[in-house]
Amino acid sequence: MPRWIAHLLVAMVFAAAVAVAFSRVDYDWNWPAVWGYRRKFLQGWLVTVAVSLSALVVSGLVGSVAALMLRSGNSLVEAAARVYVELIRGTPLLVQLLIGFYVVATAVGLENRYVAGVLLLSLFSGAYMAEIFRGGLDAIPRAQIDSGRAIGLTPWQSLRLVVLPQAVRLVLPAVAGQLVSLVKDSSLLSVIAISELTLNAQEVNAFTYSTLESYLPLAAGYLMLTLPLSALARWLEHRFRYEIA
Amino acid sequence: MNLVVTDLVQRFPAPAGGGRTAGSVTVLDRLSLATGEIGTLVLVGPSGGGKSTLLRILAGLDMPAAGDVAFDGEPLPRDEEGLRCYRRTVGTVFQAYNLFPHLTAMENLLLPLVHVHGLTEAGARARVQAPLERFRLAEHAHKRPAELSGGQKQRIAILRALVVQPRRLFLDEPTSALDPEMRAEVLEMIAELRAEGRQFVLVTHEMAFARRVADEIAFVADGRVTCGGSTEAFFGRPADPRVRAFLATTLVP
Ligand SMILES: Nc1ncnc2c1ncn2[C@@H]1O[C@H](COP(=O)(O)OP(=O)(O)OP(=O)(O)O)[C@@H](O)[C@H]1O
Ligand SMILES: [Mg+2]
Repeated sequence: MPRWIAHLLVAMVFAAAVAVAFSRVDYDWNWPAVWGYRRKFLQGWLVTVAVSLSALVVSGLVGSVAALMLRSGNSLVEAAARVYVELIRGTPLLVQLLIGFYVVATAVGLENRYVAGVLLLSLFSGAYMAEIFRGGLDAIPRAQIDSGRAIGLTPWQSLRLVVLPQAVRLVLPAVAGQLVSLVKDSSLLSVIAISELTLNAQEVNAFTYSTLESYLPLAAGYLMLTLPLSALARWLEHRFRYEIA
Repeated sequence: MNLVVTDLVQRFPAPAGGGRTAGSVTVLDRLSLATGEIGTLVLVGPSGGGKSTLLRILAGLDMPAAGDVAFDGEPLPRDEEGLRCYRRTVGTVFQAYNLFPHLTAMENLLLPLVHVHGLTEAGARARVQAPLERFRLAEHAHKRPAELSGGQKQRIAILRALVVQPRRLFLDEPTSALDPEMRAEVLEMIAELRAEGRQFVLVTHEMAFARRVADEIAFVADGRVTCGGSTEAFFGRPADPRVRAFLATTLVP
């Protein structure tokens, strides 16, 4: 059985189960009221796409720098990176966003909430990325580094030609998972009034009192981003598969 | 080549509990060694004696804690920058994992030529073609290391060290991770290269092979060279009782 048919079958069984569950709730569906707000959903979705893509790039940079700091060999630099990673991973994103925006961003005079939101989300996701990247770099056997030195590579060449190509392949699944989380975590940006998909769905719900009709499209909107991301990751993983080939 | 090593000391941090270190262990303990004008030096000795540690210093991979090393009267550099330049003039092959697994055999061969020695891709390809054919590896050039046998991997690794035209090769037990059938093909390649005048410093536990290729032998134990000199003398009438005991356990009668 081809993979896509299997996926389709499972999805249909799941949909049927959900449909049964919904049919048992006594609920007055009012799709037309929500349909009137379709442009609002679209605008929110586009903001989510833009914010997620920006944070995706910036968190990759933040994560790379922090990962290199974590294994720099300088204890002060390592301690700084370690504190950053543990603080971020140990506290709720909600708190980071509220303090980061209303206290820190205000203090440094950063008024654009979209820029602040992307930066805060990137700092959050970057901490997880840093640990993933560090794990990937640490997993490269010492013999590989030695071989690179033996042929006369500089440390930078060794990183670029030997370590990174192998580490990328190792961390790809974990990074993909982290990016999917990042897209969903962007929904919390609603708390600092960034007009992304979740905030718009909440507003539609408030206008129409149609909770399910507002939040089901919300879920669909995120899936439209996360599913292609997962598919892309699987494709890349396949392309970089060299050991088993 | 002529190698003179004087009072070489190497220390490593001694592991203590909980990932901390407690002082250091001395692995090379004022090791000294002087060869004549020779082509191949073979390091032998008991496990943990310090052969690999010594070879890594000779190959410019590690810096000693103290002491001097000079090849042909030229002392080894004492800074990482200088050592990197030195490493570009020699070749080193380890027991295993020499090749980069994400690159094909050909790409492995091209990498140092293009990125370290400044050849064009075409120039590098031209350079490696004849050696690949000579050692019957051309048909495997497109394969990744995972698709090569252990012996093929080691022979490609030796070729990669060779095609940059190094002054000499350092080999650390190049066959000890291999099945017996594959050992022969790698040892044969080394013997062939040595016969055409290539210089080697090599560590091996294959005593019959050591006897065949070595001009001089150095017996490394407890961080010192306790016995060294010509191959005939070493195998013929070793003065050192430890060497006699070592040979008794390793030499096939
Ligand atoms: N990086 C290191 N850190 C700590 N100790 C080390 C390190 N490298 C080697 N040693 C120790 O130094 C001693 C000598 O090791 P070395 O690898 O040079 O021995 P060897 O003669 O090559 O042995 P073998 O025949 O088993 O390869 C050993 O006791 C080893 O545990
Ligand atoms: Mg060794």
